[in-house]
Amino acid sequence: MKYLDEYRDAKIARGLAAEIRRRSTRPWVLMEICGGQTHTLMRYGIDELLGNSVELVHGPGCPVCVTPLEMIDRANALARRPEVTLVSYGDMLRVPGSETDLFHIKAEGGDVRIVYSPTDAVELARKAPERQVVFFAVGFETTAPAHAMAVLQAERLGLTNFSLLVSHVLVPPAIRMLLQSPRNRVQGFIAPGHVCTVVGVGDYEELCREFHVPIVVGGFEPVDLLDAIRMLVCQLEEGRAEVENSYARSVQYAGNRAAQDAVERVFEVTDRKWRGLGEIGASGLRLKAKYAAFDAERLFGLAGVRAEEPSECISAEVLLGHRKPTDCPAFGTRCTPERPLGAPMVSTEGACAAYHQYRRHLVTL
Amino acid sequence: MQRITNTGVISLPSDSVNDESSNAPVGFSCPLPLPAGGRVLLGHGSGGKLSAELLQQVFLPALGNPVLDRLEDQAVVSLNGVRLAMTTDSFVVKPLFFKGGDIGSLAVHGTINDLAMGAAKPLWMSVAFILEEGLEFDVLRRVVASMQAAANGAGVQIITGDTKVVERGSADGMFINTTGVGLVREGISLSASQAQPGDAILVSGMLGDHGIAILAEREGLKFETEVQSDSAALHELVDTLLAATHEVRCLRDPTRGGLSSTLNEIAGSSKVGMELDEATMPVREEVRGACEMLGLDPLYVANEGKLVAVVSADTAARALGALRSHPLGRDAQIIGRVTKEHPRMVVMRTVFGTTRIVDMLAGDQLPRIC
Repeated sequence: MKYLDEYRDAKIARGLAAEIRRRSTRPWVLMEICGGQTHTLMRYGIDELLGNSVELVHGPGCPVCVTPLEMIDRANALARRPEVTLVSYGDMLRVPGSETDLFHIKAEGGDVRIVYSPTDAVELARKAPERQVVFFAVGFETTAPAHAMAVLQAERLGLTNFSLLVSHVLVPPAIRMLLQSPRNRVQGFIAPGHVCTVVGVGDYEELCREFHVPIVVGGFEPVDLLDAIRMLVCQLEEGRAEVENSYARSVQYAGNRAAQDAVERVFEVTDRKWRGLGEIGASGLRLKAKYAAFDAERLFGLAGVRAEEPSECISAEVLLGHRKPTDCPAFGTRCTPERPLGAPMVSTEGACAAYHQYRRHLVTL
Repeated sequence: MQRITNTGVISLPSDSVNDESSNAPVGFSCPLPLPAGGRVLLGHGSGGKLSAELLQQVFLPALGNPVLDRLEDQAVVSLNGVRLAMTTDSFVVKPLFFKGGDIGSLAVHGTINDLAMGAAKPLWMSVAFILEEGLEFDVLRRVVASMQAAANGAGVQIITGDTKVVERGSADGMFINTTGVGLVREGISLSASQAQPGDAILVSGMLGDHGIAILAEREGLKFETEVQSDSAALHELVDTLLAATHEVRCLRDPTRGGLSSTLNEIAGSSKVGMELDEATMPVREEVRGACEMLGLDPLYVANEGKLVAVVSADTAARALGALRSHPLGRDAQIIGRVTKEHPRMVVMRTVFGTTRIVDMLAGDQLPRIC
């Protein structure tokens, strides 16, 4: 397949891995942010390919995983209301809230639908004026433009039965929190390629200057990731700290202006809770006052739904890179993808689920 | 040092009432118990882990017996020295008509294939229709004609049937249930519990065609593709294979849950490991593309005209030649081997030379695929 096979080429990948092993004088600690990147690293066994030349730590970049428990509870509460059609990306249905998940609510008679695109939810609302259609808008800077477009489209159509349950988060504030932690071990970051495709690389230059940490924008195929790791190792070995772009076929310096405009029209920055990490200042998006009519939390009075994480899950330690998923005593026993205790075991892009799905044959206790 | 396992093991009685169940597996991997007061989820029909839970937690404890406990695609029983295979299947595919087939031909092919995987010559079928009030006769006639053509083509007679009609909204057009009965070939006994370390694993052709053909027609996903369902009756392909080698341990058709779920079932029943070679996986370019777009893995996508064969290493080349000599097996491949290592786990050797687990389907990928 064009544009894909060349980025999965075994010969190129082995060549890059050999160069990384040759250049690396000690096991540099690198973090990939995006869950899609974590998934590729595990699926292709990139960690196995690199041996001890780098230590890969998996960051808080899976949107399903970082959506806070109380937001799941709010979605569940909405899905139980008889007048509501709750629309979501498929992965969110399996995420356990305090009591249950959307799959179970669906089985109990809740009207829960899965779509690939938020504009399909707008179409549902248009076709069913008697229903209140709520789209569960989760994700990072990548999904925000499509969610903004859905709101703008609903506004244009004059829909009064469409709204968003917004749980949007932003990547740079989470990286900043990691770097400010006195326990931080991460020495270089693979920045999320699709987030940068939307917002550009400016924010990452600021982080790089402030913390003197190398950052390479990386793609999602094995060769993309190996190339980004190679560039990080070169910087670290040479004592440089710069922002470099290994994903130039998608990422331009200024990002996508049209997408940014849509987001700026509809959303504004706000404090957000992250599952596993707690509240991070100015780390999320909410609807602007002008679009309050599309805000499901306001429309359905959900602010009172609150919840705290179960204590056994060590997801904060995993998402911060202090511990590996397999360090958790519940890994693979009390916590599995079928019955996750915590966020990173839920989606295949979560670090724990990726380890469980692809790597547990190599794990010993 | 110990390997991580997320499963406990329950033991089922291994007593056998006749020679067919003497190979019965004595243990099944068993996840956590189903929660009390729970409900059936769509995922319980996925053919993956939740389906296995339902079997082990609800059906087997109540209905289990040495024949049923074997959990093969068909039951084999002896009657006056004659070995009969019997199977049942229900079809709820949505939409009723799709590229490469329809619910009628799918029902006939699916039933025949479950018999064929037990080395049985398919002879008779029953068909029960559950029809929704308001269904157009034209639709029903087309489906019935398609069933007749499929049954004729395979030399199978539909010898009994039933019809029920439910209120509008209680069924999506129609559901079909079938039973199939066949005669097991003499001297051959196939079972998912017979895979042995060293055996070769073969598939008869391109993976994922059926699932992608159905998906492409689904509301909310519609996309243009040339991919057709691979729905086909496999009994002749099985005859060709068994004529070439008698060292076939096990045959399965990887339907719901895809190749990965089928291989995990065999590995579990035989208490062996499997190592697959990523470079050999036969997947059509269009199917790969659709899977990339939809975030699916072709190894989990349903097939309706493919078989998986576990055969002795010595006869693997002959088996491959036999499969390839038949039009339904022309893209057959040897995709891996059975191992002593990592029992009950299927591991993929990637094109990079690294390894990863190929797990059973967790949750639900696509409801109502067959």
